[in-house]
Amino acid sequence: MEALHLVYEVPGGDLTHAGEASSQVKQALRKLGYDSDTIRRVSVCMYEGEINMVIHANGGTARVEVGLDDIVITLIDHGPGIPDIDQAMQAGFTTAGDQVRDLGFGAGMGLPNMKKYSDEMTVASTVGVGTTVTMVVRIP
Amino acid sequence: MTTVQDLVNRLNLTTFCLPDGGRGITGGCYCGDLLSWVMGRAPAGGIWLTIMSNVNVAAVAALTDLSCVILTEDVAPDAALLQKAQAQGVNLLGTPLSTYDCAVCLSRLLQAQA
Repeated sequence: MEALHLVYEVPGGDLTHAGEASSQVKQALRKLGYDSDTIRRVSVCMYEGEINMVIHANGGTARVEVGLDDIVITLIDHGPGIPDIDQAMQAGFTTAGDQVRDLGFGAGMGLPNMKKYSDEMTVASTVGVGTTVTMVVRIP
Repeated sequence: MTTVQDLVNRLNLTTFCLPDGGRGITGGCYCGDLLSWVMGRAPAGGIWLTIMSNVNVAAVAALTDLSCVILTEDVAPDAALLQKAQAQGVNLLGTPLSTYDCAVCLSRLLQAQA
């Protein structure tokens, strides 16, 4: 099987539409016959990433490469960047506003969840330029 | 195995949306209103109790592969949530019970059927 490449533009501004790309990836993986645990891990990683891009970066691009051994999710935004990545990775740390919190997000668990559910995760960020998050979920 | 339909029958739950009543409860129960906590902690196939009723609840339930969502305290879904739950095949239920009281009932039910 040749690797399947999926690319989605995640629109900024509106949290109610976040999750469309994640849902489409979930459906694609289901059709391809991946196990439910792998699908769940990819889905949560990607949804948290989508939410982050909507909240902090006015949207971005999500690329998903589905291979035989792993699924690689790359999230690219041109938002404000993360000044202190170690701090951002800490559970409970957030810079989200009240509006986001009212919807049940902004608890500072997004990046920790992405790390938890992926096998590898790297965050590359430059203040004023943007952030790229890469997550690898290995297929058992 | 206890199914979502069993929960509806035994606890007299409101069915806002029940596309998959035959789904088995395979993951216990998680109570919480902060969505990332739910995604981080709720077990696959579990029941989620919450008072949160916006559209993101359906996305969280579907992507985290939960068996059903029960809105407690007589909370009703908004129109966007109901529509999203239907589109994504999420079992969305309701009860007048508090989250605690509902969890206690579920615990008894799941233990009795274990």
